[in-house]
Amino acid sequence: MLQYIIKRLLLLPFLLFIFSIIAFILIQAPPGDFVTSYIAELASSGSAVDQAQIDALRAQYGLDQPMYIQYFKWMGRILTGDLGMSLDWKKPIRELISERLLLTVMLGLFTFIFTWIVAIPIGILSATRQYSFFDYFFTVFNYVGVATPTFMTALVLMWLAFKYFGVSVTGLFSPEYVDAPWSWGRVVDLLKHIWLPAVILGMDGTARLARVMRANLLDELKKPYMEMARAKGMSEWRLVLKYPVRLAINPLVSTIGWYLPMIFSGSVIVATVMNLPTIGPMLLRSLITQDMFLAGSIILIYMALAVIGTLISDILLAWLDPRIRMEES
Amino acid sequence: MNQLPLLSVKNLKTYFDLDEGTVKAVDGVSFDVLPGQVVGIVGESGCGKSVTIKSVLRIVEKPGRIVEGEILFRHQPDDASEEQLIDLAKLKANGKTMRSIRGGEIALIPQEPMAAFSPVYTVGNQIMEAIMLHLPVSKQEARQRTIELLREVGVPMPERRVDAYSWELSGGLRQRAMIAMAISCNPRLLIADEPTTAIDVTTQAQILNLLRDLQQQHNTSIIFITHDLGVIAQIADYVVVMYLGRVMETGPVDDIFHNPQHPYTRALLKSIPSIRSQSRTLLPTIEGSIPHPFNRPPGCPFHPRCVDFMPGVCNVQTPVLQPVNERQAASCFLHHSIAEETLTAV
Ligand SMILES: Nc1ncnc2c1ncn2[C@@H]1O[C@H](COP(=O)(O)OP(=O)(O)OP(=O)(O)O)[C@@H](O)[C@H]1O
Ligand code: SF4
Ligand SMILES: [Mg+2]
Repeated sequence: MLQYIIKRLLLLPFLLFIFSIIAFILIQAPPGDFVTSYIAELASSGSAVDQAQIDALRAQYGLDQPMYIQYFKWMGRILTGDLGMSLDWKKPIRELISERLLLTVMLGLFTFIFTWIVAIPIGILSATRQYSFFDYFFTVFNYVGVATPTFMTALVLMWLAFKYFGVSVTGLFSPEYVDAPWSWGRVVDLLKHIWLPAVILGMDGTARLARVMRANLLDELKKPYMEMARAKGMSEWRLVLKYPVRLAINPLVSTIGWYLPMIFSGSVIVATVMNLPTIGPMLLRSLITQDMFLAGSIILIYMALAVIGTLISDILLAWLDPRIRMEES
Repeated sequence: MNQLPLLSVKNLKTYFDLDEGTVKAVDGVSFDVLPGQVVGIVGESGCGKSVTIKSVLRIVEKPGRIVEGEILFRHQPDDASEEQLIDLAKLKANGKTMRSIRGGEIALIPQEPMAAFSPVYTVGNQIMEAIMLHLPVSKQEARQRTIELLREVGVPMPERRVDAYSWELSGGLRQRAMIAMAISCNPRLLIADEPTTAIDVTTQAQILNLLRDLQQQHNTSIIFITHDLGVIAQIADYVVVMYLGRVMETGPVDDIFHNPQHPYTRALLKSIPSIRSQSRTLLPTIEGSIPHPFNRPPGCPFHPRCVDFMPGVCNVQTPVLQPVNERQAASCFLHHSIAEETLTAV
């Protein structure tokens, strides 16, 4: 098992290197660069820019150099922990994204916990009581959950909260805490706000997860080892939780890897609607303005999270299923 | 043989209510198991052997249910008070008493040892679990006992195999481990549901010998299910022949083989070229095929295929199991005229 984990860890830097190249190429892919879109913006606001100025700008940002040199310079800086400056915001990127990143990861975590805590028991109960009222109820509920766009849920819930409780549930903080430095009070305030977006963002995933869990478990419940465990005299609950659930959860665990990135990108609309200070909207803007170092940093962090998530899910899988453990070593 | 039976199944009926209709998987089965006796249940695939023993263990899966009959078992309560005769059919399937009997007093050796162990726990873990469910032992003691049990059933290097997963063992070893689990709580009745179909012939013979040895050492009763009469000849003392959810004939193994009374038993015997043969397909020489469970023939279930079929009798009335001599019983109008219809009419 330890060997397996070390092997995976050694692979990590290599994967990140490849991903960083892909990230860089992707950002460079659209025609033009930051200066082009900057000038377009200036032009639309009426000011004229001459070619000398443009070239000076390009040189200043290093945009006149060949792509691979730009990449290595960028990488070199990142390896020393410097994410560079945002061309658009004219601020250090680290300063720009660190809080947003933290909040996004927190929101992702809360959403994840909500999803699993709700979906797994529903899946188990639906499967063990197949065709009961409970099962039918949640089947319908899950279909609705999957079919409703998340931003719709967000709008409806926000409207309800406003209409019946008179509270405006946008953002992740009360006004007095928005720009305040971190303190105990701010953490508590965050916890008061974060659950609603977490529930909204998790709705869809919960419905999906519950359905997959139900289907997986129904398959497992038919296996002969169930009959054998019953024949031993185990109580039904203990048996269900010990044997089939562990196997039914397996395929779900393998999805943990791309969970965080999914929350990131999936939350852009909701984040916009609910005015959440998460990273999705910032990435969107940086892509539009071709703020390449900002976009690059965010995408790189996404990828790193995806890789780490996959690593975690691989380790969990190996822990849950000894057959995987054996295969690897 | 004036011993009281350990298990006495009386007129057991277990049906499955499906959308398409009712499958009468077990439709009036009766037999006794005496202490220390090996009872072989034989019959073609689908005749209700597994459902019968699942009913005894009360693990029939939904929508199956016991609709009628008694399953009388001499239960030994934990507090070592006197044996009591209880009707398993009346117990709550997942109640405390039934769970203490299941695995504790009546243990199952399943057909497919590969699939009957969970792949994600070690064999030792699963055997220890069975022990700790029924005996007041610590984890350490349970593990020790597991190793001894594995040794007893002939698993080499039991100290290491106890930590192996089922998929790391060969078919024969897996079945031995299953047997170790089944005998782990000193059951008084072992139920083996075709325990040798999934393994090769040599190993099959070894497993049969092992069961026979264990049975003699511990004086355990065994219900042995198979559709292989050759296996029955090797292991059983007493035979129950089933067809379409009903018992056709019962009797001591020698009488069944040398003096079969029921036309179905005779057809079965004729269909094995030789008892030593490896062929497991019994039926090509019995005329006709098994009716679909929804299409049970009226009267004697065997009449469409019976060479002695008597029109106007066998297809109208259903014969019941009746003694035909001092040792055997058969449900066939060649031997008596007692029909279910006349019995219920009275
Ligand atoms: N879960 C179920 N739902 C519906 N019908 C069932 C179910 N289990 C068994 N049956 C039916 O009950 C009948 C008897 O099945 P059973 O498994 O007892 O046969 P068997 O004698 O054990 O056969 P085999 O030798 O193939 O194991 C069959 O007709 C089968 O279709
Ligand atoms: S009752 Fe009739 S049909 Fe049935 S076995 Fe006997 S002779 Fe054959
Ligand atoms: Mg069977």
